[in-house]
Amino acid sequence: MKQTKTYLSKTVEELKPSGIRRFFDLAAGMEGVISLGVGEPDFVTSWSVREAAILSLEQGYTSYTANAGLLELREEIAAYMENSFGLQYSASNEMIVTVGASQALDIALRAVIDPGDEVIVIEPSFVSYIPLVNLAGGKGVTVQTKKENDFKVTPAELEEVITHRTKAIILCSPNNPTGTMLNEQDLKSIASVAKKHDLVIIADEIYAELSYDEKFVSFAAIEEMRERTILISGFSKGFAMTGWRLGFVCAPKELTEAMLKIHQYAMMCAPTMAQFAAIEALRHGNEDVNEMRKSYRRRRNYFVQSLNEIGLECHTPGGAFYAFPSIERTGLTSEQFAERLLVEEKVAVVPGNVFGQSGEGHIRCSYASSMEQLQESIKRMKRFLEREF
Amino acid sequence: MQLTEKELEIVEILEQDARTKIVDIAKMVNISVNEAEALIKKLEESNVIVQYSSIVDWSKISGHEGVTAMIDVKVTPKRGVGFDEIAERIYRFKEVKALYLMSGAYDLSVIVEGKSMNEVANFVSQKLSTLDSVLSTTTHFILKKYKHDGTIFEQGEKDKRIVVSP
Ligand SMILES: Cc1ncc(COP(=O)(O)O)c(C=O)c1O
Repeated sequence: MKQTKTYLSKTVEELKPSGIRRFFDLAAGMEGVISLGVGEPDFVTSWSVREAAILSLEQGYTSYTANAGLLELREEIAAYMENSFGLQYSASNEMIVTVGASQALDIALRAVIDPGDEVIVIEPSFVSYIPLVNLAGGKGVTVQTKKENDFKVTPAELEEVITHRTKAIILCSPNNPTGTMLNEQDLKSIASVAKKHDLVIIADEIYAELSYDEKFVSFAAIEEMRERTILISGFSKGFAMTGWRLGFVCAPKELTEAMLKIHQYAMMCAPTMAQFAAIEALRHGNEDVNEMRKSYRRRRNYFVQSLNEIGLECHTPGGAFYAFPSIERTGLTSEQFAERLLVEEKVAVVPGNVFGQSGEGHIRCSYASSMEQLQESIKRMKRFLEREF
Repeated sequence: MQLTEKELEIVEILEQDARTKIVDIAKMVNISVNEAEALIKKLEESNVIVQYSSIVDWSKISGHEGVTAMIDVKVTPKRGVGFDEIAERIYRFKEVKALYLMSGAYDLSVIVEGKSMNEVANFVSQKLSTLDSVLSTTTHFILKKYKHDGTIFEQGEKDKRIVVSP
């Protein structure tokens, strides 16, 4: 045992296993659990999209594509970014089709980080950011946002942690786990910090399609920001295509070329059949996306209001499909709360602390579940709170 | 009739599940329960929401399986009333479950349900084809219902997601 350990790299040895993993193990073995712990849509990919992939297989499209992805797909992505977000990216040299937003994040970080560079991660945050920064040889520096600010970062909070080693900030809006969406004003205030300190912004906009109250604004659309933005998006959430493993990254030519070097050696290309499916999703999937968005919005309204009614204070999240209520009034830590809720009432949620220190005192509930399940989970949580607190 | 966005949402919610409770509808569209009640009443009174009913898979109930036929009917329209008069004469029969005026090769599509093929055949030969304006009928029997009014009869799709994920 001791010996094999020496084979491992220091970086990997020091990576902490995700706190989500532990909850998965706990919940996976139980019967009758209602899971609000799922970070993906409850919709199956539209049939027309699945059918397009089947057709591509029937026609024998089973070989590699260009490193950056099928040109036909990149052209669809370029049109989509323009029509939906008013952004102009060249299909030929400013975008790469990736294996999910996950791989896009990886190549973006590896393209900009030198050993010891610092990358600012705004917490509560998606669990992969810091490990990916570490794997790229960088150092993750966290900023803790506040519930009172709806978990929006302030310029002052950013300034506080910026050093001469700071290279980039990872922004995630709409946010996993808080559901917070940054509006144009918020983005502008971050933009001024980025400009002042000449930082790269890695904008994780994977939930861009899922905004419910205001129109989503991309960070790259803010004046003068396009040149320093690596925009990450994909098909997993808005198009309900998590299992296809398909995303993309858009960035100015120089950055794209750098990322393409990593991508061509480490990945070659994204899965071909998934790329064919994505072409169909972009060409004809708009109506399905609208329907799904409407459905999430209704469930959000129902669920967040119900949480507040049963005494779990929760701000109204503007996007994604997560509610992030406070459980502070119970006096429990978020781990204790989540564990007891799971054991006593068989409702699985994710404790907020796995998303960073400022997530403590909260739980993440995904409302991408059927109305029946949401209703039942509210009933169970109410019972739990009334019995115990 | 022009509906507001909230009204449209209520119609969509109730069309998907007519049993959704008013308190839940109110939350889903972000209005008060009183407001939701009033809007639903208005939609009912203006006949936008015509009726609440269940989709039943009769083929599962022994002895009540029944048969459904779609009948293409050619008719002569009448001056002044067009197809409406003959349509009314046909849809008043309780055997007729649906009736549509069609474009194309025939005029009326009549959906008829009966206990047996015989019963439907009798209806067609004795009631339908003997009507004055009816020129011809073509009867198609439905062999199996896969999907009806947007609902798939054999719902095979379970939630395949892992229970907790990032
Ligand atoms: C904020 C955020 N970024 C990226 C991802 C990864 O998405 P993909 O499936 O495209 O790799 C997720 C998935 O949970 C996410 O929540």
